[in-house]
Amino acid sequence: MSEALHVIQDPTLTYRQQLVGLARLGESTDRSLRYSDAYYAAKAKGALCDLNEGVMPFRPRYICPDYELLFQKGCEFLQLDPPKDLLEAVNVLEIFYCHVPSITTYPVYLGDLDKLLEPFVVKEDRAYAKKVLKLFLRNIDRVQTDSFVHADIGPEDSVTGRLLLELTEEMQLAVPNLTLRYDPEKTSDDFALACVRCMLKTAKPSFANHRMFLKEWGDRYAIASCYNGLMIGGGGYTLPRMRLYECSLDARDADDFIARVLPAYIDLQLEYMDKRVKFIVEESSFFKTNFLVTEGFVRQENFTGMFGVVGLAECCNHLLGIADVRKGFGLNPEATRLGLRIMDAIQERVAEHTAPYCDAFDHHYRLHAQVGIDTDGMDDSPGTRIPIGAEPAMLDQLEVNEQFHPYFPTGTGDIFKFEETWAKTPEAVLSIIKGSLSRSLRYFSGYLENNDVVRVTGYLVKKSEIEKLRQKKQSLNQVTLYGMGAQDGGHALDRRIQTHE
Amino acid sequence: MNDQAPINKIIPFSNVDGPGNRTSIFFQGCTYACKFCHNPETIRLCIHCGACVPGCPTGALRRENGLVRWNATDCVQCDACLKACPHMSSPRIRWMRAEEVFHEIRRAFPYIEGITVSGGDCTLYAAFLKELFPLVRAFGKTCLIDGNGAYDFTRDPELLEVCDGVMLDIKAADPEWSRFLIGNDGACALRSLDGLLRAGKLAEVRTVIFPGRDHENEETVRTVAQQIQNACPYKIIRYRPFGVRTEFQALLGEDTTEFEEAERYASLARSLGATKAFVV
Ligand code: SF4
Ligand code: SF4
Repeated sequence: MSEALHVIQDPTLTYRQQLVGLARLGESTDRSLRYSDAYYAAKAKGALCDLNEGVMPFRPRYICPDYELLFQKGCEFLQLDPPKDLLEAVNVLEIFYCHVPSITTYPVYLGDLDKLLEPFVVKEDRAYAKKVLKLFLRNIDRVQTDSFVHADIGPEDSVTGRLLLELTEEMQLAVPNLTLRYDPEKTSDDFALACVRCMLKTAKPSFANHRMFLKEWGDRYAIASCYNGLMIGGGGYTLPRMRLYECSLDARDADDFIARVLPAYIDLQLEYMDKRVKFIVEESSFFKTNFLVTEGFVRQENFTGMFGVVGLAECCNHLLGIADVRKGFGLNPEATRLGLRIMDAIQERVAEHTAPYCDAFDHHYRLHAQVGIDTDGMDDSPGTRIPIGAEPAMLDQLEVNEQFHPYFPTGTGDIFKFEETWAKTPEAVLSIIKGSLSRSLRYFSGYLENNDVVRVTGYLVKKSEIEKLRQKKQSLNQVTLYGMGAQDGGHALDRRIQTHE
Repeated sequence: MNDQAPINKIIPFSNVDGPGNRTSIFFQGCTYACKFCHNPETIRLCIHCGACVPGCPTGALRRENGLVRWNATDCVQCDACLKACPHMSSPRIRWMRAEEVFHEIRRAFPYIEGITVSGGDCTLYAAFLKELFPLVRAFGKTCLIDGNGAYDFTRDPELLEVCDGVMLDIKAADPEWSRFLIGNDGACALRSLDGLLRAGKLAEVRTVIFPGRDHENEETVRTVAQQIQNACPYKIIRYRPFGVRTEFQALLGEDTTEFEEAERYASLARSLGATKAFVV
């Protein structure tokens, strides 16, 4: 059966999912963008992975439009005037979202919704504002049907922020993903607690270390897609990843890996990124004619390339000959130290590289702890996470995370699954979050066991929707499929439950 | 002083031992041997009889110079030794000095509100606590005592001074019922309740409700509620046979107290002025 026929006959794909699948196939028929033979060999081995980004990048992977600008001056191309009230504001956004491209074809960043909408919300009666926001969220869930669609709130408390939390609890939707930028000085305990309560019921929002992102990005940063730090009015060109476990198979030992194997693969991935970035900027029409660019909603110089890594745990365990993951990376100081050495080496080499078209970043790419894809199985744990099933007690897990999160300005995070009793003690959960963010944790996600909306590796799915797919029915959310793969291959829902022992 | 105390277990993060996220420290040894104890292995100190050694599946237990030694790294926490022990004890005990405990729990400080010491009966080691608490409080962390009511806090103002509060069990108000349950008339616990209230150090009171023991339950709840009023939370706990030694399950019943029954006592307590009474 041809791949196209396979897509066309697949009973679990919706029309739009088929359309995207067929477009990918079409794109892959072109051969104009070529890489070195060494790159293809590394890809064939599984050491480097392009995350199915497609051979012909016709738009940046992630785009974070400047929605404030949209509200200030409207959009000529879409014939939208600056909104004057709440109804107009959400209508402008709903329309605009449909024209923001991305790797998934859905917008990965919806804006800082509380800041954008607050001036309009406070002018309305609360009940009316809530009704409008409810329809807005429903529109997003049914039209932007992809769990990598992401909205941000905070750090300050706001009426809009509160309404969004209330509605998130009431509506129990997987889309959009949601992040609170947490700043101990700007985020009140009361608002943070409201976020924790919501997280324990719906698996969102996650908590981003606002101060850490501020230092690296300035105040105009977005959290998009899973947990990706990017610049507002910019975004990420491309995100390939080194599968560190597969890379480590070429090495004789840890020193050989760091001295010889690792640099070669880093260089191949950099070469691949350079070619793609140049192609997007120089060849594709996006930066020449797309209205987002011509009207200033994004600027090319605010984009960077995201240098992804995955499977650090398995890489370290392999290099040290550790077969039992319970005695490996994250639980064994020697393996964890090796992980730090490897990350130092990667960070250094990527920082030495002059990257094309990354003006706002001093001409450098930024590291990203890639969260894994459904087909990874158990070979490569997400980014620098401790393998599922081997997670130590939460305190140890946090301490390991805190050592690795600073490496990844374009995103990393860990997920903690809490047992039922924690739902009654949100203050206790908040203590943990505050403690870890006051140290160097970048991004904290949590959910309660037995919830329907659960966090898989970075995105949210409904367990009930995974069940639909198992019964060969369609799921509107195109990410549900990845969720099923991650559950089956990576046991992503079997992570350690935080109890009080 | 530098006295050592037997530590049964340290749990870095606990959300069920007082307000917020807390580190819980469990001491070994108890003055009581309550019939309904869920952790009977914390009651006595190990007498090194060796009965638990052969059943350990991983060789984590060894005899050495007449003592039973436990190797934490080899232990898989299967609890076979606890079931095998005929003396209500555990071989998995570490004798630690206050500074050693402090150094071990310090790394949890960024993430916790404070610590809770519990047991067994931690007040057996009051001198140890007086060393430990000031170290912890110097970091702005609170220190709570989880007390079984055996300790007369009114006679130890020094301990009250260095702790932030006591969570107290009031098991039985009726002296007969108390003698049956815990082996003494319970007067000491009631005296502590009063003293802690006056000192402003009562953090919480807990009472277990037994199925079908209407008269006894009511007397305890009334006594506590009238006394504490809204000074602190009053937790009404349902008796659960799970973990209770079988010989006592026969005496106390194999039934769990129904939620509705417990809720009746919580609302009784609230109607008497203990507004923060609730069922857990
Ligand atoms: S719990 Fe007891 S019996 Fe089980 S491994 Fe540990 S020491 Fe041995
Ligand atoms: S724990 Fe119990 S069985 Fe084991 S040596 Fe001590 S007293 Fe004996």
